[in-house]
Amino acid sequence: MSVPDTRIDYAIIEDFVPQGARVLDVGCGRGELLALLEATKGVDGRGLELSQDGVNEAVARGLSVIQGDADTDLATYPDGSFDVVILSQTLQATQAPKKVLEELLRIGKRVIVTIPNFGNWRARLHLLLRGEMPVTKALPYSWYDTPNIHFCTLRDFIGLAGEVGATIEEAAALNAEGQRLALNAPWAIWNLIGAQGIFILKPGK
Amino acid sequence: MPATSNSVPTTSPADTIFEVSEPFVLASGESLERCQIAYTTHGTLNADKSNAILICHALTGDQYVLGTHPVTGKDGWWETIAGPGKPLDTDRYFLICANVLGGCMGSTGPGSPNPSTGDIYGLSFPLVTIADMVDVQAKLLDHLGIERLLAVVGGSMGGMQVLQWASRYPQRVVSAIPIATAAKHSSQNIAFHEVGRQAVMADPDWHGGRYAGLNTRPTKGLAVARMGAHITYMSDDALHNKFGRSLQNRSDISFGFDADFQIESYLRHQGMTFVDRFDANSYLYVTRAMDYFDIAADHDDILARAFEGTSTRFCVISFPSDWLFPTSESRAIVHALNATTAKVSFVEIESDRGHDAFLLEEPELFATVRAFLTSIAEREGLA
Repeated sequence: MSVPDTRIDYAIIEDFVPQGARVLDVGCGRGELLALLEATKGVDGRGLELSQDGVNEAVARGLSVIQGDADTDLATYPDGSFDVVILSQTLQATQAPKKVLEELLRIGKRVIVTIPNFGNWRARLHLLLRGEMPVTKALPYSWYDTPNIHFCTLRDFIGLAGEVGATIEEAAALNAEGQRLALNAPWAIWNLIGAQGIFILKPGK
Repeated sequence: MPATSNSVPTTSPADTIFEVSEPFVLASGESLERCQIAYTTHGTLNADKSNAILICHALTGDQYVLGTHPVTGKDGWWETIAGPGKPLDTDRYFLICANVLGGCMGSTGPGSPNPSTGDIYGLSFPLVTIADMVDVQAKLLDHLGIERLLAVVGGSMGGMQVLQWASRYPQRVVSAIPIATAAKHSSQNIAFHEVGRQAVMADPDWHGGRYAGLNTRPTKGLAVARMGAHITYMSDDALHNKFGRSLQNRSDISFGFDADFQIESYLRHQGMTFVDRFDANSYLYVTRAMDYFDIAADHDDILARAFEGTSTRFCVISFPSDWLFPTSESRAIVHALNATTAKVSFVEIESDRGHDAFLLEEPELFATVRAFLTSIAEREGLA
Protein backbone atom coordinates (compact mmCIF):
# COMPACT_ATOMS: atom_id res chain seq x y z
CA MET A 1 0.00 0.00 0.00
CA SER A 2 1.43 3.29 -1.04
CA VAL A 3 -0.87 5.43 1.09
CA PRO A 4 -2.30 5.39 4.61
CA ASP A 5 -5.48 3.45 5.39
CA THR A 6 -7.93 6.29 5.75
CA ARG A 7 -8.51 7.61 2.31
CA ILE A 8 -9.99 11.03 2.10
CA ASP A 9 -10.83 10.67 -1.56
CA TYR A 10 -13.27 7.76 -1.13
CA ALA A 11 -16.34 9.77 -0.24
CA ILE A 12 -15.97 11.95 -3.31
CA ILE A 13 -15.35 8.99 -5.62
CA GLU A 14 -18.45 7.36 -4.16
CA ASP A 15 -20.50 10.40 -5.18
CA PHE A 16 -19.27 10.14 -8.75
CA VAL A 17 -20.03 6.42 -9.26
CA PRO A 18 -23.52 5.66 -10.61
CA GLN A 19 -25.74 3.05 -8.98
CA GLY A 20 -25.14 -0.48 -10.28
CA ALA A 21 -22.17 0.51 -12.44
CA ARG A 22 -19.59 -2.02 -13.60
CA VAL A 23 -16.45 -0.82 -11.88
CA LEU A 24 -12.75 -1.72 -12.13
CA ASP A 25 -10.54 -0.41 -9.33
CA VAL A 26 -6.91 -0.42 -10.46
CA GLY A 27 -4.56 -0.53 -7.50
CA CYS A 28 -7.44 -1.44 -5.22
CA GLY A 29 -5.29 -2.20 -2.16
CA ARG A 30 -7.23 -4.27 0.32
CA GLY A 31 -10.48 -3.55 -1.47
CA GLU A 32 -11.84 -0.92 0.94
CA LEU A 33 -13.22 1.29 -1.83
CA LEU A 34 -14.68 -1.63 -3.81
CA ALA A 35 -16.36 -2.98 -0.68
CA LEU A 36 -17.77 0.49 0.02
CA LEU A 37 -19.06 0.85 -3.55
CA GLU A 38 -20.61 -2.64 -3.54
CA ALA A 39 -22.37 -1.84 -0.27
CA THR A 40 -23.60 1.67 -1.08
CA LYS A 41 -23.88 1.68 -4.87
CA GLY A 42 -24.48 -1.98 -5.66
CA VAL A 43 -21.69 -1.91 -8.21
CA ASP A 44 -20.46 -4.94 -10.15
CA GLY A 45 -16.87 -4.56 -9.01
CA ARG A 46 -13.46 -5.92 -10.02
CA GLY A 47 -10.05 -5.06 -8.66
CA LEU A 48 -6.42 -5.25 -9.69
CA GLU A 49 -3.72 -5.01 -7.03
CA LEU A 50 0.03 -5.49 -7.05
CA SER A 51 0.58 -6.49 -3.43
CA GLN A 52 -0.27 -10.05 -2.50
CA ASP A 53 -1.34 -9.06 1.01
CA GLY A 54 -3.79 -6.58 -0.43
CA VAL A 55 -5.23 -9.18 -2.84
CA ASN A 56 -5.64 -11.81 -0.14
CA GLU A 57 -7.51 -9.42 2.12
CA ALA A 58 -9.72 -8.26 -0.74
CA VAL A 59 -10.58 -11.84 -1.73
CA ALA A 60 -11.32 -12.52 1.92
CA ARG A 61 -13.92 -9.72 1.69
CA GLY A 62 -15.56 -11.65 -1.12
CA LEU A 63 -14.34 -9.26 -3.81
CA SER A 64 -13.24 -10.25 -7.31
CA VAL A 65 -9.68 -9.04 -7.13
CA ILE A 66 -6.64 -10.32 -9.01
CA GLN A 67 -2.97 -9.97 -8.33
CA GLY A 68 -1.43 -8.03 -11.15
CA ASP A 69 0.38 -4.95 -12.37
CA ALA A 70 -1.30 -1.86 -13.83
CA ASP A 71 1.71 -1.42 -16.11
CA THR A 72 1.28 -4.81 -17.79
CA ASP A 73 -2.09 -6.39 -17.03
CA LEU A 74 -4.56 -3.74 -18.21
CA ALA A 75 -4.01 -4.93 -21.78
CA THR A 76 -6.08 -8.05 -21.06
CA TYR A 77 -9.34 -6.14 -20.52
CA PRO A 78 -11.57 -5.48 -23.55
CA ASP A 79 -12.41 -2.01 -24.87
CA GLY A 80 -15.17 -0.19 -23.03
CA SER A 81 -15.76 -3.14 -20.71
CA PHE A 82 -16.35 -1.05 -17.57
CA ASP A 83 -18.66 1.88 -16.85
CA VAL A 84 -16.13 3.32 -14.45
CA VAL A 85 -12.43 2.62 -14.04
CA ILE A 86 -10.85 4.01 -10.88
CA LEU A 87 -7.18 4.74 -10.38
CA SER A 88 -6.97 6.05 -6.86
CA GLN A 89 -3.57 7.29 -5.65
CA THR A 90 -1.79 4.86 -7.94
CA LEU A 91 -0.76 6.73 -11.13
CA GLN A 92 2.35 8.17 -9.47
CA ALA A 93 3.51 4.61 -8.62
CA THR A 94 3.33 3.26 -12.19
CA GLN A 95 6.28 2.83 -14.56
CA ALA A 96 4.53 4.42 -17.52
CA PRO A 97 1.73 6.75 -16.34
CA LYS A 98 0.83 7.93 -19.83
CA LYS A 99 0.41 4.40 -21.16
CA VAL A 100 -1.57 3.42 -18.07
CA LEU A 101 -3.90 6.38 -18.52
CA GLU A 102 -4.43 5.49 -22.18
CA GLU A 103 -5.31 1.93 -21.19
CA LEU A 104 -7.78 3.17 -18.57
CA LEU A 105 -9.49 5.35 -21.17
CA ARG A 106 -9.67 2.39 -23.54
CA ILE A 107 -11.24 0.09 -20.92
CA GLY A 108 -13.56 2.52 -19.16
CA LYS A 109 -16.41 4.69 -20.36
CA ARG A 110 -15.46 7.00 -17.49
CA VAL A 111 -12.15 7.12 -15.67
CA ILE A 112 -11.70 8.49 -12.17
CA VAL A 113 -8.14 9.40 -11.30
CA THR A 114 -7.02 10.73 -7.96
CA ILE A 115 -3.45 11.89 -7.50
CA PRO A 116 -1.40 13.43 -4.72
CA ASN A 117 -0.44 16.98 -5.71
CA PHE A 118 3.28 17.50 -5.81
CA GLY A 119 2.60 21.17 -6.48
CA ASN A 120 1.03 21.64 -3.05
CA TRP A 121 2.53 24.61 -1.19
CA ARG A 122 3.94 22.40 1.56
CA ALA A 123 5.90 20.38 -0.98
CA ARG A 124 7.02 23.52 -2.78
CA LEU A 125 8.16 25.13 0.46
CA HIS A 126 9.96 22.01 1.59
CA LEU A 127 12.05 21.95 -1.56
CA LEU A 128 12.51 25.71 -1.69
CA LEU A 129 13.54 26.30 1.91
CA ARG A 130 15.17 23.04 2.95
CA GLY A 131 16.58 22.01 -0.40
CA GLU A 132 15.36 18.45 0.20
CA MET A 133 12.79 16.31 -1.57
CA PRO A 134 9.48 16.94 0.19
CA VAL A 135 8.24 14.63 2.93
CA THR A 136 4.77 15.68 4.04
CA LYS A 137 1.79 14.11 5.76
CA ALA A 138 0.23 13.22 2.43
CA LEU A 139 3.56 12.15 0.93
CA PRO A 140 5.34 10.49 3.84
CA TYR A 141 8.18 8.69 2.01
CA SER A 142 11.83 9.61 1.61
CA TRP A 143 13.08 9.90 -1.97
CA TYR A 144 15.04 6.65 -1.73
CA ASP A 145 12.23 4.37 -0.54
CA THR A 146 9.16 5.90 -2.11
CA PRO A 147 6.93 3.71 -4.30
CA ASN A 148 5.85 6.96 -5.91
CA ILE A 149 8.18 7.20 -8.86
CA HIS A 150 6.26 9.56 -11.16
CA PHE A 151 5.03 12.58 -9.28
CA CYS A 152 3.12 15.32 -10.90
CA THR A 153 1.20 18.43 -9.95
CA LEU A 154 -2.50 18.91 -10.67
CA ARG A 155 -1.51 21.14 -13.59
CA ASP A 156 0.81 18.43 -14.94
CA PHE A 157 -2.03 15.93 -14.86
CA ILE A 158 -4.36 18.25 -16.73
CA GLY A 159 -1.64 18.51 -19.36
CA LEU A 160 -1.37 14.72 -19.61
CA ALA A 161 -5.14 14.32 -19.91
CA GLY A 162 -5.07 16.69 -22.88
CA GLU A 163 -2.16 14.85 -24.44
CA VAL A 164 -3.93 11.47 -24.38
CA GLY A 165 -7.05 13.05 -25.87
CA ALA A 166 -9.30 12.82 -22.82
CA THR A 167 -11.96 15.26 -21.73
CA ILE A 168 -12.00 16.30 -18.08
CA GLU A 169 -15.68 16.23 -17.19
CA GLU A 170 -15.26 17.14 -13.57
CA ALA A 171 -12.40 17.96 -11.28
CA ALA A 172 -11.95 18.75 -7.64
CA ALA A 173 -9.09 19.48 -5.31
CA LEU A 174 -8.97 18.43 -1.69
CA ASN A 175 -6.94 20.05 1.02
CA ALA A 176 -4.83 18.04 3.44
CA GLU A 177 -7.85 17.51 5.69
CA GLY A 178 -9.84 16.04 2.82
CA GLN A 179 -12.16 19.00 2.46
CA ARG A 180 -13.18 19.92 -1.01
CA LEU A 181 -11.83 23.29 -2.10
CA ALA A 182 -14.23 25.89 -3.39
CA LEU A 183 -15.23 25.16 -6.95
CA ASN A 184 -14.82 28.72 -8.09
CA ALA A 185 -11.17 28.88 -7.11
CA PRO A 186 -8.86 29.21 -10.13
CA TRP A 187 -6.58 26.27 -11.05
CA ALA A 188 -3.49 28.14 -9.90
CA ILE A 189 -4.94 28.21 -6.38
CA TRP A 190 -5.97 24.52 -6.49
CA ASN A 191 -2.52 23.62 -7.68
CA LEU A 192 -1.02 25.51 -4.76
CA ILE A 193 -3.22 24.52 -1.83
CA GLY A 194 -4.71 21.20 -3.03
CA ALA A 195 -3.19 18.14 -1.35
CA GLN A 196 -4.78 15.89 -3.92
CA GLY A 197 -6.84 16.12 -7.05
CA ILE A 198 -9.77 14.08 -8.33
CA PHE A 199 -10.53 13.99 -12.03
CA ILE A 200 -13.37 12.43 -13.98
CA LEU A 201 -12.23 11.74 -17.50
CA LYS A 202 -14.02 10.65 -20.64
CA PRO A 203 -12.26 9.22 -23.68
CA GLY A 204 -12.14 11.63 -26.62
CA LYS A 205 -12.79 15.35 -26.92
CA MET B 1 -8.40 -54.17 1.72
CA PRO B 2 -4.73 -54.97 1.02
CA ALA B 3 -3.71 -55.22 -2.61
CA THR B 4 -2.23 -58.49 -3.71
CA SER B 5 0.67 -58.68 -6.11
CA ASN B 6 -1.36 -59.56 -9.16
CA SER B 7 -4.57 -57.66 -8.65
CA VAL B 8 -5.28 -53.98 -9.03
CA PRO B 9 -7.13 -52.14 -6.30
CA THR B 10 -10.85 -52.20 -6.73
CA THR B 11 -13.77 -50.60 -5.04
CA SER B 12 -14.45 -50.71 -1.31
CA PRO B 13 -17.68 -50.72 0.68
CA ALA B 14 -17.19 -47.02 1.43
CA ASP B 15 -17.95 -46.17 -2.18
CA THR B 16 -21.14 -45.67 -4.00
CA ILE B 17 -21.15 -46.75 -7.61
CA PHE B 18 -22.99 -44.80 -10.26
CA GLU B 19 -23.55 -46.56 -13.55
CA VAL B 20 -24.39 -44.60 -16.67
CA SER B 21 -27.65 -45.98 -17.98
CA GLU B 22 -26.75 -46.02 -21.67
CA PRO B 23 -23.52 -46.42 -23.67
CA PHE B 24 -21.25 -43.47 -22.94
CA VAL B 25 -19.85 -41.69 -25.99
CA LEU B 26 -16.31 -40.38 -25.57
CA ALA B 27 -14.61 -37.35 -27.11
CA SER B 28 -12.64 -39.72 -29.34
CA GLY B 29 -15.88 -40.91 -30.91
CA GLU B 30 -15.60 -44.35 -29.34
CA SER B 31 -18.12 -45.39 -26.78
CA LEU B 32 -18.19 -47.43 -23.61
CA GLU B 33 -20.97 -49.96 -23.53
CA ARG B 34 -20.81 -49.97 -19.75
CA CYS B 35 -19.49 -47.06 -17.76
CA GLN B 36 -19.47 -46.53 -14.02
CA ILE B 37 -17.79 -44.21 -11.56
CA ALA B 38 -17.16 -44.77 -7.87
CA TYR B 39 -17.71 -41.79 -5.60
CA THR B 40 -17.86 -40.75 -1.98
CA THR B 41 -19.87 -37.98 -0.34
CA HIS B 42 -19.43 -36.13 2.93
CA GLY B 43 -21.80 -33.80 4.72
CA THR B 44 -25.52 -33.42 4.09
CA LEU B 45 -27.23 -32.23 0.94
CA ASN B 46 -29.72 -29.52 1.93
CA ALA B 47 -33.38 -29.54 0.93
CA ASP B 48 -33.00 -27.37 -2.17
CA LYS B 49 -29.75 -29.13 -3.11
CA SER B 50 -27.83 -25.86 -3.22
CA ASN B 51 -24.86 -26.69 -1.00
CA ALA B 52 -23.07 -29.25 -3.16
CA ILE B 53 -19.35 -28.91 -3.85
CA LEU B 54 -17.66 -31.18 -6.35
CA ILE B 55 -14.03 -32.01 -5.55
CA CYS B 56 -11.95 -33.12 -8.54
CA HIS B 57 -8.91 -35.22 -7.76
CA ALA B 58 -5.44 -35.07 -9.29
CA LEU B 59 -3.62 -37.65 -11.45
CA THR B 60 -2.99 -40.23 -8.76
CA GLY B 61 -5.71 -39.14 -6.38
CA ASP B 62 -9.03 -40.85 -5.88
CA GLN B 63 -12.44 -40.43 -4.30
CA TYR B 64 -11.08 -40.80 -0.75
CA VAL B 65 -10.90 -37.11 0.13
CA LEU B 66 -11.68 -37.85 3.77
CA GLY B 67 -11.56 -40.87 6.01
CA THR B 68 -9.34 -43.91 5.92
CA HIS B 69 -8.14 -45.01 2.51
CA PRO B 70 -9.27 -48.61 1.94
CA VAL B 71 -5.96 -49.69 0.37
CA THR B 72 -3.28 -47.68 2.14
CA GLY B 73 -5.02 -47.25 5.50
CA LYS B 74 -3.84 -43.63 5.43
CA ASP B 75 -5.95 -40.49 5.86
CA GLY B 76 -7.87 -39.10 2.89
CA TRP B 77 -5.80 -37.01 0.48
CA TRP B 78 -7.43 -33.67 1.30
CA GLU B 79 -8.00 -33.96 5.03
CA THR B 80 -5.95 -30.76 5.30
CA ILE B 81 -8.67 -28.58 3.74
CA ALA B 82 -11.88 -30.64 4.01
CA GLY B 83 -13.85 -31.79 7.04
CA PRO B 84 -15.96 -30.36 9.87
CA GLY B 85 -15.08 -26.69 10.39
CA LYS B 86 -12.45 -26.79 7.62
CA PRO B 87 -12.63 -24.51 4.55
CA LEU B 88 -14.44 -27.28 2.63
CA ASP B 89 -16.73 -27.55 5.61
CA THR B 90 -18.71 -30.78 5.84
CA ASP B 91 -20.93 -29.10 8.46
CA ARG B 92 -22.09 -26.64 5.80
CA TYR B 93 -21.50 -28.22 2.42
CA PHE B 94 -22.19 -31.52 0.72
CA LEU B 95 -18.89 -32.73 -0.73
CA ILE B 96 -18.81 -35.11 -3.68
CA CYS B 97 -15.68 -36.69 -5.10
CA ALA B 98 -15.63 -39.30 -7.85
CA ASN B 99 -12.78 -41.46 -9.09
CA VAL B 100 -12.07 -40.24 -12.63
CA LEU B 101 -13.03 -42.22 -15.69
CA GLY B 102 -9.95 -44.24 -16.61
CA GLY B 103 -8.97 -44.52 -12.95
CA CYS B 104 -8.46 -47.66 -10.93
CA MET B 105 -10.45 -47.20 -7.75
CA GLY B 106 -13.79 -48.47 -8.92
CA SER B 107 -14.45 -46.31 -11.96
CA THR B 108 -14.39 -47.82 -15.43
CA GLY B 109 -10.86 -47.91 -16.79
CA PRO B 110 -8.31 -50.12 -18.54
CA GLY B 111 -8.44 -52.51 -15.58
CA SER B 112 -12.19 -53.10 -16.04
CA PRO B 113 -13.61 -56.05 -17.92
CA ASN B 114 -14.67 -55.38 -21.49
CA PRO B 115 -18.37 -56.38 -21.46
CA SER B 116 -18.24 -57.67 -25.04
CA THR B 117 -15.37 -60.11 -24.39
CA GLY B 118 -15.30 -60.55 -20.64
CA ASP B 119 -11.54 -59.88 -20.66
CA ILE B 120 -9.78 -57.01 -18.92
CA TYR B 121 -9.55 -54.10 -21.38
CA GLY B 122 -5.86 -53.32 -21.07
CA LEU B 123 -4.81 -51.16 -24.01
CA SER B 124 -8.03 -51.95 -25.88
CA PHE B 125 -9.68 -49.46 -23.53
CA PRO B 126 -10.47 -46.30 -25.51
CA LEU B 127 -8.56 -43.11 -24.70
CA VAL B 128 -10.46 -40.81 -22.37
CA THR B 129 -10.13 -37.04 -22.00
CA ILE B 130 -10.62 -34.52 -19.20
CA ALA B 131 -13.89 -33.60 -20.93
CA ASP B 132 -15.02 -37.24 -20.77
CA MET B 133 -14.24 -37.35 -17.04
CA VAL B 134 -16.30 -34.20 -16.51
CA ASP B 135 -19.18 -35.45 -18.66
CA VAL B 136 -19.57 -38.57 -16.53
CA GLN B 137 -19.45 -36.44 -13.38
CA ALA B 138 -22.27 -34.34 -14.87
CA LYS B 139 -24.32 -37.48 -15.32
CA LEU B 140 -23.62 -38.41 -11.72
CA LEU B 141 -24.99 -35.03 -10.63
CA ASP B 142 -28.08 -35.55 -12.79
CA HIS B 143 -28.54 -38.84 -10.98
CA LEU B 144 -28.17 -37.12 -7.60
CA GLY B 145 -30.66 -34.46 -8.69
CA ILE B 146 -28.14 -31.66 -8.26
CA GLU B 147 -28.66 -28.99 -10.89
CA ARG B 148 -26.09 -26.44 -9.73
CA LEU B 149 -22.83 -26.83 -7.87
CA LEU B 150 -21.98 -24.20 -5.28
CA ALA B 151 -18.37 -24.82 -6.22
CA VAL B 152 -16.12 -27.07 -8.23
CA VAL B 153 -12.67 -27.27 -6.72
CA GLY B 154 -9.48 -29.14 -7.48
CA GLY B 155 -5.72 -28.91 -7.90
CA SER B 156 -3.48 -29.95 -10.79
CA MET B 157 -5.47 -32.37 -12.99
CA GLY B 158 -8.37 -31.61 -10.63
CA GLY B 159 -7.99 -27.96 -11.65
CA MET B 160 -8.20 -28.97 -15.30
CA GLN B 161 -11.54 -30.62 -14.56
CA VAL B 162 -12.65 -27.46 -12.76
CA LEU B 163 -11.88 -25.38 -15.86
CA GLN B 164 -13.59 -27.93 -18.08
CA TRP B 165 -16.66 -27.84 -15.84
CA ALA B 166 -16.81 -24.06 -15.96
CA SER B 167 -16.42 -24.02 -19.72
CA ARG B 168 -18.75 -26.90 -20.57
CA TYR B 169 -21.48 -26.46 -17.95
CA PRO B 170 -21.30 -22.76 -16.99
CA GLN B 171 -24.93 -22.65 -15.85
CA ARG B 172 -24.27 -25.48 -13.40
CA VAL B 173 -21.21 -23.93 -11.76
CA VAL B 174 -21.79 -21.09 -9.30
CA SER B 175 -18.10 -20.85 -8.49
CA ALA B 176 -14.88 -22.47 -9.62
CA ILE B 177 -11.61 -22.86 -7.72
CA PRO B 178 -8.86 -24.09 -10.04
CA ILE B 179 -5.63 -24.55 -8.04
CA ALA B 180 -2.07 -25.05 -9.32
CA THR B 181 -3.28 -25.88 -12.80
CA ALA B 182 -3.26 -24.81 -16.43
CA ALA B 183 -5.67 -24.42 -19.33
CA LYS B 184 -3.42 -26.68 -21.39
CA HIS B 185 -0.73 -29.21 -20.59
CA SER B 186 2.69 -27.77 -21.43
CA SER B 187 5.30 -29.40 -23.64
CA GLN B 188 7.54 -29.89 -20.60
CA ASN B 189 4.74 -31.64 -18.71
CA ILE B 190 3.90 -33.89 -21.66
CA ALA B 191 7.61 -34.75 -21.76
CA PHE B 192 7.64 -35.79 -18.10
CA HIS B 193 4.54 -37.90 -18.64
CA GLU B 194 6.10 -39.61 -21.63
CA VAL B 195 9.15 -40.58 -19.57
CA GLY B 196 6.82 -42.10 -16.96
CA ARG B 197 4.85 -44.04 -19.56
CA GLN B 198 8.02 -45.33 -21.20
CA ALA B 199 9.23 -46.54 -17.79
CA VAL B 200 6.00 -48.56 -17.42
CA MET B 201 6.20 -49.92 -20.96
CA ALA B 202 9.86 -50.87 -20.56
CA ASP B 203 9.01 -53.19 -17.68
CA PRO B 204 8.93 -56.76 -19.09
CA ASP B 205 6.02 -57.48 -16.77
CA TRP B 206 3.90 -54.95 -18.62
CA HIS B 207 3.38 -57.34 -21.57
CA GLY B 208 1.91 -54.75 -23.89
CA GLY B 209 -0.66 -53.93 -21.25
CA ARG B 210 -1.96 -57.51 -20.99
CA TYR B 211 -0.42 -58.21 -17.58
CA ALA B 212 -3.79 -58.74 -15.87
CA GLY B 213 -4.30 -62.06 -17.63
CA LEU B 214 -0.70 -63.15 -17.01
CA ASN B 215 -0.70 -62.86 -13.25
CA THR B 216 1.98 -60.16 -13.22
CA ARG B 217 2.13 -56.40 -12.71
CA PRO B 218 4.74 -53.96 -14.03
CA THR B 219 5.49 -52.66 -10.57
CA LYS B 220 9.12 -51.74 -11.26
CA GLY B 221 8.27 -49.59 -14.25
CA LEU B 222 5.36 -47.93 -12.47
CA ALA B 223 7.54 -47.25 -9.43
CA VAL B 224 10.16 -45.55 -11.60
CA ALA B 225 7.42 -43.51 -13.27
CA ARG B 226 6.22 -42.41 -9.85
CA MET B 227 9.74 -41.55 -8.68
CA GLY B 228 10.29 -39.31 -11.68
CA ALA B 229 6.91 -37.66 -11.32
CA HIS B 230 7.36 -37.12 -7.61
CA ILE B 231 10.43 -34.97 -8.26
CA THR B 232 8.30 -32.66 -10.38
CA TYR B 233 5.84 -32.18 -7.51
CA MET B 234 8.48 -30.68 -5.25
CA SER B 235 10.58 -27.54 -5.49
CA ASP B 236 14.36 -27.48 -5.38
CA ASP B 237 14.12 -25.58 -2.08
CA ALA B 238 11.73 -28.14 -0.61
CA LEU B 239 14.09 -30.98 -1.56
CA HIS B 240 17.04 -29.08 -0.18
CA ASN B 241 15.28 -28.27 3.09
CA LYS B 242 13.88 -31.75 3.58
CA PHE B 243 16.86 -33.86 2.50
CA GLY B 244 19.84 -31.80 1.44
CA ARG B 245 22.70 -34.25 0.88
CA SER B 246 21.90 -36.14 4.07
CA LEU B 247 22.85 -39.82 4.04
CA GLN B 248 20.37 -42.59 4.79
CA ASN B 249 21.19 -44.66 7.92
CA ARG B 250 24.92 -44.49 7.31
CA SER B 251 27.81 -42.26 8.19
CA ASP B 252 29.59 -42.42 4.87
CA ILE B 253 28.94 -43.00 1.20
CA SER B 254 29.03 -46.64 0.14
CA PHE B 255 30.87 -46.34 -3.17
CA GLY B 256 28.01 -48.28 -4.70
CA PHE B 257 24.45 -47.87 -5.91
CA ASP B 258 22.56 -48.36 -2.67
CA ALA B 259 20.27 -45.56 -1.60
CA ASP B 260 23.09 -43.67 0.12
CA PHE B 261 21.18 -40.41 0.14
CA GLN B 262 17.94 -39.81 1.99
CA ILE B 263 16.35 -38.42 -1.15
CA GLU B 264 17.00 -41.70 -2.96
CA SER B 265 15.53 -43.72 -0.15
CA TYR B 266 12.53 -41.40 -0.03
CA LEU B 267 11.86 -41.69 -3.77
CA ARG B 268 12.23 -45.49 -3.71
CA HIS B 269 9.71 -45.60 -0.89
CA GLN B 270 7.33 -43.34 -2.82
CA GLY B 271 7.63 -45.58 -5.86
CA MET B 272 7.14 -48.83 -3.96
CA THR B 273 4.10 -47.70 -2.00
CA PHE B 274 2.49 -46.15 -5.08
CA VAL B 275 2.29 -49.45 -6.95
CA ASP B 276 0.17 -50.95 -4.16
CA ARG B 277 -2.61 -48.53 -4.86
CA PHE B 278 -2.37 -47.69 -8.55
CA ASP B 279 -2.75 -49.59 -11.79
CA ALA B 280 -0.03 -49.14 -14.42
CA ASN B 281 -2.40 -48.98 -17.39
CA SER B 282 -4.55 -46.42 -15.59
CA TYR B 283 -1.39 -44.37 -15.15
CA LEU B 284 -0.89 -44.44 -18.94
CA TYR B 285 -4.48 -43.44 -19.66
CA VAL B 286 -4.85 -40.69 -17.09
CA THR B 287 -1.50 -39.07 -17.92
CA ARG B 288 -2.59 -39.13 -21.57
CA ALA B 289 -5.84 -37.40 -20.70
CA MET B 290 -3.82 -34.59 -19.12
CA ASP B 291 -1.52 -34.37 -22.15
CA TYR B 292 -4.50 -33.95 -24.47
CA PHE B 293 -5.99 -31.19 -22.32
CA ASP B 294 -6.07 -27.85 -24.14
CA ILE B 295 -9.30 -26.08 -23.40
CA ALA B 296 -8.72 -23.34 -25.98
CA ALA B 297 -8.34 -25.91 -28.76
CA ASP B 298 -12.12 -26.32 -28.94
CA HIS B 299 -12.53 -22.53 -29.15
CA ASP B 300 -10.38 -21.45 -32.13
CA ASP B 301 -7.35 -21.45 -29.82
CA ILE B 302 -8.73 -18.41 -28.01
CA LEU B 303 -8.94 -19.30 -24.34
CA ALA B 304 -11.29 -16.42 -23.52
CA ARG B 305 -13.94 -17.97 -25.80
CA ALA B 306 -14.01 -21.03 -23.55
CA PHE B 307 -15.55 -18.82 -20.86
CA GLU B 308 -17.53 -16.31 -22.92
CA GLY B 309 -20.51 -14.84 -21.08
CA THR B 310 -19.86 -16.89 -17.96
CA SER B 311 -21.51 -15.91 -14.71
CA THR B 312 -19.36 -18.31 -12.69
CA ARG B 313 -17.18 -16.67 -10.05
CA PHE B 314 -13.59 -17.86 -10.24
CA CYS B 315 -10.89 -18.04 -7.62
CA VAL B 316 -7.64 -18.95 -9.35
CA ILE B 317 -4.79 -19.99 -7.05
CA SER B 318 -1.12 -20.71 -7.74
CA PHE B 319 2.13 -21.16 -5.83
CA PRO B 320 5.35 -19.36 -6.82
CA SER B 321 7.55 -22.43 -6.21
CA ASP B 322 5.38 -24.68 -8.43
CA TRP B 323 7.46 -25.17 -11.58
CA LEU B 324 5.20 -27.90 -12.97
CA PHE B 325 2.16 -25.62 -13.15
CA PRO B 326 3.81 -22.23 -12.75
CA THR B 327 1.98 -19.04 -11.86
CA SER B 328 2.27 -17.92 -15.50
CA GLU B 329 -0.23 -20.68 -16.40
CA SER B 330 -2.72 -19.39 -13.83
CA ARG B 331 -2.13 -15.86 -15.04
CA ALA B 332 -3.01 -16.95 -18.59
CA ILE B 333 -6.34 -18.26 -17.25
CA VAL B 334 -6.93 -14.99 -15.38
CA HIS B 335 -6.16 -12.91 -18.45
CA ALA B 336 -8.61 -14.94 -20.51
CA LEU B 337 -11.26 -14.49 -17.83
CA ASN B 338 -10.54 -10.76 -17.75
CA ALA B 339 -11.09 -10.63 -21.47
CA THR B 340 -14.59 -12.00 -20.94
CA THR B 341 -15.07 -9.63 -17.96
CA ALA B 342 -15.73 -12.66 -15.77
CA LYS B 343 -15.69 -12.29 -12.01
CA VAL B 344 -12.29 -13.58 -11.08
CA SER B 345 -10.08 -13.49 -8.03
CA PHE B 346 -6.47 -14.53 -8.37
CA VAL B 347 -4.18 -15.27 -5.47
CA GLU B 348 -0.59 -16.49 -5.55
CA ILE B 349 0.01 -18.21 -2.23
CA GLU B 350 3.53 -17.81 -0.83
CA SER B 351 4.93 -21.31 -0.37
CA ASP B 352 8.30 -22.92 -1.12
CA ARG B 353 6.90 -26.43 -1.36
CA GLY B 354 6.30 -26.65 -5.09
CA HIS B 355 3.34 -28.19 -6.88
CA ASP B 356 2.35 -30.40 -3.94
CA ALA B 357 1.63 -27.30 -1.84
CA PHE B 358 -2.08 -27.59 -2.65
CA LEU B 359 -2.19 -30.89 -0.73
CA LEU B 360 -0.26 -29.63 2.28
CA GLU B 361 -0.82 -27.54 5.37
CA GLU B 362 -0.88 -24.05 3.84
CA PRO B 363 -2.81 -21.66 6.09
CA GLU B 364 -2.99 -18.90 3.49
CA LEU B 365 -4.52 -21.33 0.98
CA PHE B 366 -7.08 -22.40 3.55
CA ALA B 367 -7.90 -18.79 4.45
CA THR B 368 -8.40 -17.88 0.79
CA VAL B 369 -10.63 -20.86 -0.01
CA ARG B 370 -12.64 -20.36 3.19
CA ALA B 371 -13.19 -16.67 2.55
CA PHE B 372 -14.05 -17.14 -1.11
CA LEU B 373 -16.50 -19.97 -0.44
CA THR B 374 -18.10 -18.12 2.46
CA SER B 375 -18.76 -15.10 0.27
CA ILE B 376 -20.22 -17.35 -2.44
CA ALA B 377 -22.41 -19.16 0.09
CA GLU B 378 -23.69 -15.84 1.45
CA ARG B 379 -24.53 -14.59 -2.04
CA GLU B 380 -26.41 -17.83 -2.66
CA GLY B 381 -28.40 -17.34 0.50
CA LEU B 382 -26.87 -20.23 2.43
CA ALA B 383 -26.77 -19.42 6.12
